[in-house]
Amino acid sequence: MTTTADRRSAEIGAPRTRKEDRHLLTGRTRWTANITLPGMLHLAMVRSTVAHARITGIDTSAAKRAPGVAGVFTGTEIADAQGASLPCVWPVTPDQVAPPHPAMAVETVNFLGEIVACVAARSATEARDAAELVDVEYGELPVVTDLAVAAADQEVIHPDLGTNRSAHWVFDSAAAGTGGDVDSAISAARESGVVVERTYRQQRVIPAFMEPRSVAVDPTGEQTTVWSSTQIPHILKLILAMTTGLPESKLRVVAPDVGGGFGGKLEVTPEEMITLVVAGRLGKPCAYAETRSESLMGAHHGRDQIQKLTLAATRDGTVTAFKVELTANMGAYLGLTTPGIPILGAFMYNAIYKFPAYRFTCDNVFTNTVWTDAYRGAGRPEATFAIERMMDELAAELDLEPLALREKNWIRHEEFPFTTVAGMEYDSGNYEAATAKARDLFGYDDLRAEQAKRRADGDPVQLGIGISTYTEMCGLAPSRVLGALSFGSGGWEHASIRMLPTGKVEVVAGVSPHGQGHETSWSQIVADRLGVPFEDVEILHGDTGVSARGLDTYGSRTLVVGGIAVVKAIDKVIEKARPIAAHLLEADPDDLEFANGTFTVKGTGKGKHISELALAVFLAHDLPDGVEASLDAEATFDPANFSFPHGTHLCAVEVDTETGRTTIRRYVAVDDCGVVVNPMLVDGQVHGGLAQGISQALFEEALYDENGTLVTGSFVDYLLPSAADLPSYLTDRTETPATSNPLGVKGVGEAGTIAATPCVVNAIVDAVRHLGVDDVPMPCTPQRVWAAIDQARERSAARPSGGAQ
Amino acid sequence: MKVSMVVDGVRYSDDVEPRTLLVHYLREQVGKTGTVVGCDTSNCGACTVHLDGRSVKSCSVLAVQADGHEVDTIEGLASDGVLHPMQQAFHENHALQCGYCTPGMIMQSIDLLKENPHPTEQEVREGLEGNLCRCTGYQNIVKAVLSVAEASSS
Amino acid sequence: MIPAAFDYQAPDTVADALAALSSGADEVKVLAGGQSLIPVLRLRMAAPSLIVDLGRIPELSGVSDDGDAIMIGAMTTHDQVTHDPLIAEHAALLARAAETVADPQVRHLGTFGGSLAHADPAGDMPAAALALNAEMMITGSQGERTVAAKDFFVGLFETAVGEDEILTSIRVPKHTGWGSHYEKFNRVAQQWSIVGVAATLRLDGGTIAEAGIALTNMGLTPIRASAVEQALVGRPPNEDAVRQAAEQAAAGTHPPSDANGDADYRRHLAAVLTRRAVLAAAG
Repeated sequence: MTTTADRRSAEIGAPRTRKEDRHLLTGRTRWTANITLPGMLHLAMVRSTVAHARITGIDTSAAKRAPGVAGVFTGTEIADAQGASLPCVWPVTPDQVAPPHPAMAVETVNFLGEIVACVAARSATEARDAAELVDVEYGELPVVTDLAVAAADQEVIHPDLGTNRSAHWVFDSAAAGTGGDVDSAISAARESGVVVERTYRQQRVIPAFMEPRSVAVDPTGEQTTVWSSTQIPHILKLILAMTTGLPESKLRVVAPDVGGGFGGKLEVTPEEMITLVVAGRLGKPCAYAETRSESLMGAHHGRDQIQKLTLAATRDGTVTAFKVELTANMGAYLGLTTPGIPILGAFMYNAIYKFPAYRFTCDNVFTNTVWTDAYRGAGRPEATFAIERMMDELAAELDLEPLALREKNWIRHEEFPFTTVAGMEYDSGNYEAATAKARDLFGYDDLRAEQAKRRADGDPVQLGIGISTYTEMCGLAPSRVLGALSFGSGGWEHASIRMLPTGKVEVVAGVSPHGQGHETSWSQIVADRLGVPFEDVEILHGDTGVSARGLDTYGSRTLVVGGIAVVKAIDKVIEKARPIAAHLLEADPDDLEFANGTFTVKGTGKGKHISELALAVFLAHDLPDGVEASLDAEATFDPANFSFPHGTHLCAVEVDTETGRTTIRRYVAVDDCGVVVNPMLVDGQVHGGLAQGISQALFEEALYDENGTLVTGSFVDYLLPSAADLPSYLTDRTETPATSNPLGVKGVGEAGTIAATPCVVNAIVDAVRHLGVDDVPMPCTPQRVWAAIDQARERSAARPSGGAQ
Repeated sequence: MKVSMVVDGVRYSDDVEPRTLLVHYLREQVGKTGTVVGCDTSNCGACTVHLDGRSVKSCSVLAVQADGHEVDTIEGLASDGVLHPMQQAFHENHALQCGYCTPGMIMQSIDLLKENPHPTEQEVREGLEGNLCRCTGYQNIVKAVLSVAEASSS
Repeated sequence: MIPAAFDYQAPDTVADALAALSSGADEVKVLAGGQSLIPVLRLRMAAPSLIVDLGRIPELSGVSDDGDAIMIGAMTTHDQVTHDPLIAEHAALLARAAETVADPQVRHLGTFGGSLAHADPAGDMPAAALALNAEMMITGSQGERTVAAKDFFVGLFETAVGEDEILTSIRVPKHTGWGSHYEKFNRVAQQWSIVGVAATLRLDGGTIAEAGIALTNMGLTPIRASAVEQALVGRPPNEDAVRQAAEQAAAGTHPPSDANGDADYRRHLAAVLTRRAVLAAAG
């Protein structure tokens, strides 16, 4: 028989199956697109068919006459209601420039797919039919989609700005006092050490959450309700109010079941704004659900940066400086956090290493493409890619074993806490332990031996081993840090606990999960700390009418920040309950012990369970004087520091040198995300993260042609891997608790994505490096791998022979 | 046009436009919102249902084509509150996160085992090639399907 | 997305279907399995005024023995082609190609005849049909005619089937005892072929006696690799001989260039994949 004590000790770390599964398994789901309300109208968007133009005329007369149509709206007609611009909350520099970003284009369109008009009709079909009848005239302007071309400013996309450069952001360790001067270290290395210079492209990718975005707005009644497939109901509510002038108190935003986000639903979208405005105009509930094609062209993209990298080292492999010159593609506008995404990586390029000098510059540049913004990892995958690729290049240059080179430079576990050259204080970590475990699980030495044999045999299928020893900053974010970065919000999180008279517990969360499993993991925390059964805990979230305060879900913050708010709120509940327990037990509060949900008088068997106290306060018949009749409590937690998960990933690939095809043979991920609440959920996060990271390395790329048409505008051309295209992963963990929070947790939502991309590319390059290849641009398509081998062969054939070999 | 079909064991007769896709008919007229739409090019498989017992993508079938046939959706799998073994396996193996691909993934997994009751891991992966998931990396989905196959052999 | 409005007829005889085609509607599309057509309609890349659905004509489905050939109804699904015993015995190459088409759900509805009539240059069945010297049985108001596979594929999405005609069945000469393989190259499993090679061989006493080789997506239509076939005949199916013959696979082809591969890469792939397909077909 399971005792309460057993259950409690087993709760944190238990692989509990999810309590939120059942409705998803049986189709009893509440996706936004399922919502229908009496009198509801359906919207269809008219999107620009050109990438850059002045709108010279819009004829909506035929659409207005079409069957079922309740209204047709152009940007001019709703310009006042929609506000001048959707907001960007992250001006990264004081002199950052940006054009206004109207939800519906008013005078110009700046990317293909931008909304120019909207039809509301009785059915989605009628709305679509009428939208086809809207006739838009464009005065076409020159189109610039290429990042390097745009940076040269030959064609300026937004003439009022006078430049395509939005901002120039710099971090310099010498200036910050966190390290030495990069340029002098590089000069010294050119004299007596080694300097590795590379340029990498972080290709543009698309978040591609499986549930297309949708929004429904009910303007009837005194308070307008907005349902949206969003990661950020609280932020959305605030910004809709600030942008439209509607009182914040007159809006309620609900994120019902949300089918994935990955940063792609961390946005205040034109579609949300337009649906709100049109519903207000027509006084009827309105709904909009995007198609996949619309999602791919009109929802923000991720990455899209050019990284110019310079790594300096001594001949023994000690890195002396790292210089990063980034050019980042903003797209046509700045979204909610667009300019800050590359900056989020600025603190992570030095990764797990003890670099003495570091400089990071970033130029944010406009192009005629949909804007970029958060995508899983947001800045940190790009940083990790850059340094982990460069460490392999340095190892090759110096003919050192790449793991040994890393170890030579990384922070040893006894050196924590460690302040990095980027000014971050890493609280804990053990890179040696994670690497040793990964190496062992992988069979590193055997695979190296097989690699040597295949090389010696000239096997058409070559083996490569990729390494990625990563860290990331999670738990966004300490509010003071965000303030220093000019981010327009704090980074705290809120939770409240409601103790119900039947003994059930409701946790009201400010975060808004969408697939991560927080209902389950948080129930485990509550069960552990409050001593109530797991099944008795209900997590309420995603509805601003229920959850008053919150900053929502992104940046691996939900457990690390929101979870700690829950813990703090639980602590308050316990302290509120203590005098009541003492009163009922006729004991001194100081004589009470709280364990497993029960206050016990020390040295006696007398006790009261927290659920009994919840009933006692509900009845309120016998409470001590001056004590309120409630155990409910709330807490807001603002982290003092980020958390720094880390890990070592190893990947073995087979490269078919005849076709260029890469097949992943083995993938081992050893992650250290601190204390694990639910290992099954952690594994799930890692698996999914790996798939996205691998997919950036091998499959995905959003491509525009010179006219600004998204060539990869459907899933036929924007390649997402299926089960048949991915390997099974071997995942394991080390556990070095975070010291920055009472649970010792670090966050794990982005780890797999951050680590996997360089791991795979390193493996591919390693497989064919002996043939003369030192890079393959992402995605490493068969053609690109084959071409890299082919070109290396041509180079070596053209090179005059240096002697008999 | 008039169509009549049996959906999850119940006969429905309705008027539809010829252009109505089966998935829209199911969601909007029959009320089977458990079946969802994830793309417009029949790539993602989220809308997978069974048509006369075989898996199809209901976004690539006209409702009029299904006239006179039988359709089974995710909503008809559990009976009397007891999950279908595939639903149970998805739960036990943490084979779903956001859950949007799950209805299609489960319907295809059931079809897969109907055709090949004892697949290898590779056969499971290939059998699910028409269903995209962005959350799970597929590992636990494959594990869930294999666990159902193993349970049926023992 | 939702298709534009159209009229719909689902005749239950070929004669009624032909009548519908000639009914004077602006633009008529024939619906077979719909697995290519319906996505195109959803994206409103086509907006026919009339759809004629062949799905309710029983005689268009199934496989039968026709002496020295087998007859395959145009509405026979890819899944049926994959599993049919007559096809396995006499035209196994079709099964090898059909099992690579798209994904299981699409194979349950998508049809052999539909994919031939659609004539997508990246489609897999046309090359397999060409390699097997299939004959297309086309019915129109003027009666039935037969068109050899080599004359059937006219251009990009264009075949010998007239606007008032229907591809009703495919006659495939028996290739009993031939080895077969379809080598498909793509980046993700459900993707269309970047390049595909259909190969079928008859071995006789340790040498290749006859060979049928055709290429997918190496031009606007499937292409017969005649030079490879000729080079193979009389040679043993060993690595060297096959490699040598396969070098000629891309001769005379004009493959497309796109994000998955440029023309040079496709020519290179054609040679590599042809070698692999032939060796696999030879067992």
